[in-house]
Amino acid sequence: MADQSTTGVPIELRKVTKAFPGGGEPAVRELDLNIPAGEIVVLVGPSGCGKTTTMRMINRLIEPTSGDIVIDGRSSHDIDPDRLRRNIGYVIQQAGLFPHMTVAANIAQVPRMLGWDRARIAERVDELLTLVGLDPQVYRDTFPRRLSGGQQQRVGVARALAADPPVLLMDEPFGALDPISRERLQDELLGLQDDLAKTIVFVTHDIDEALKIGDHIAIMKAPGHIVQYATPAEILTNPADDYVEQFLGAGSSMRLLRLTKVGDIEVDQVPYTSEDADAAEVLAEIERDGRGYALITDGMRRPLRWVGAEHLQGIEGPVGSAGDPITGTLGHRMTLQDALEALLNADTDVVPVVGRRRAYAGALSLSTVQNAIQAIKTRERERRLHRNEPGAGG
Amino acid sequence: MTLWEYVGDRWDLILFETAQHASMVAQCVLVAAVLGVLIGVATYRRPQLASLATASSGVLFTVPSLAMLGLLIPALGLGVAPSVTAIVLYALLPIIRNTVVGLQGVDQLVVDAARGIGMSRGRSLTRIELPLAWPVILTGIRVSTQLAMGIGAVAAYVSGPGLGEQIFSGLARLGGANAVNSTLTGTIGVAILALLFDGCFVLLGKLTAPEGPLSRRLTTGGVRG
Repeated sequence: MADQSTTGVPIELRKVTKAFPGGGEPAVRELDLNIPAGEIVVLVGPSGCGKTTTMRMINRLIEPTSGDIVIDGRSSHDIDPDRLRRNIGYVIQQAGLFPHMTVAANIAQVPRMLGWDRARIAERVDELLTLVGLDPQVYRDTFPRRLSGGQQQRVGVARALAADPPVLLMDEPFGALDPISRERLQDELLGLQDDLAKTIVFVTHDIDEALKIGDHIAIMKAPGHIVQYATPAEILTNPADDYVEQFLGAGSSMRLLRLTKVGDIEVDQVPYTSEDADAAEVLAEIERDGRGYALITDGMRRPLRWVGAEHLQGIEGPVGSAGDPITGTLGHRMTLQDALEALLNADTDVVPVVGRRRAYAGALSLSTVQNAIQAIKTRERERRLHRNEPGAGG
Repeated sequence: MTLWEYVGDRWDLILFETAQHASMVAQCVLVAAVLGVLIGVATYRRPQLASLATASSGVLFTVPSLAMLGLLIPALGLGVAPSVTAIVLYALLPIIRNTVVGLQGVDQLVVDAARGIGMSRGRSLTRIELPLAWPVILTGIRVSTQLAMGIGAVAAYVSGPGLGEQIFSGLARLGGANAVNSTLTGTIGVAILALLFDGCFVLLGKLTAPEGPLSRRLTTGGVRG
């Protein structure tokens, strides 16, 4: 990967309006939007809500009728459109690869326009192919037609990243893919973004994709305005109006589970000890704790067995191999949804949570998950009340 | 005298006329291709202009070639000038039409991507749109060439160069000595020439196909992009 990759810059839309000639209502109406540097902002809404028009005004594929778009402190109006676009990565549905050019030539287009020398371009092409998970040896000289939809879209992302632009515009990039490829490419994009920290404007009509991908989400409504601009958790816990609620559909608690990681919530702490511990002492500990069980771990604090009071009755000396072996653990990077699935399938009510190197980090039960969701909702509600106090407009 | 003897006797003349014919057709088609592609490029984005261009060249197309040549005599006299003018005019229609259809048929997503990554209109046209429309345009040029072969023969009517001379002199002496031989020589010569040209186009089409060897060489970085 590039040693000094360009990270994102802020983008600000100020009272941007677009009226198409003879088109009655403007497609976008006095839209204000602040896109922080290095974040993924998703524009989401039904077709015809103006989300694509809004995005295409950022790289001036569509010229705004009025208003201003400021990229990294400079009005985009003052920059030559072709030059502007060479500094903004652009990814569209079905990738839009040039079918008569090899994969390498597709990726090389922007660097060529920027006048890079041949050796540097060749090196960059291989680097990017590796970055998006395609072996350069295999794919460099193939034509796009021979690639699967997912592979084409990877090349599309590589092409957009070629000149290392600070900003990426993505117009329904995964819309034409099957659900499995889409899911995988979303994960890969998030993984890439961890390293690249570009400013990404992402357009989709799929609210689940928006909730998964976005740091912030702008929910749009025809004609061309934003109804709510907030983090995924806030949108789920506090939809601005009926329209947003309707757009979210049912199951916002389930979605909250999908957004939250096990490591993000407060897990239970149970008594834990090693196999060498004295059985009588462990029994005393269990009684003091009140839960009625304890976790036995190995030397690296990795969970081994659950022991209850009944296992320890009559044991003299160390606990040894008493108790029931654990049947599974939860990782702290798991989503709550996956954790819930594992909990429902587990033999025990409580499942240990492990952190780095599979060391004990806590335990989780169904009721803990339930409480955590309630806690998130309460927290968001309080944050909102707190914010609304100074009287700032929503 | 058999056809073989006739051809053997006049081998030099026939060869000369064939070369003249080929050269005339090639040059006319080249001019028509340049003009036709330019007109197509200038009009394809505006549907009304594009249909005006195809319609007017279509009207020209309906004028019988003999009449067209006759009409050109007062303005251009006899010989090369009216022949070349007539051939170019007839050859324009298939080329303009196929250029417009070819360019309009390029996937709009691809053109959008080209613009979106910062290609200027001109660059997008030369690097993306024309190469992708090329197979369709080439087909137009191929049709035009066949057309030019036939009209080139008729051009002998206004004393134009080429194999038409054999046909017309034969027809004028119908019943006389070698009349049929002469006409046959001209006709068969044009047919052979047409087949040869067509063969060249098939080869050219293969070489310049969007994923063909030339395209591969041009886009994999072998040549300055």
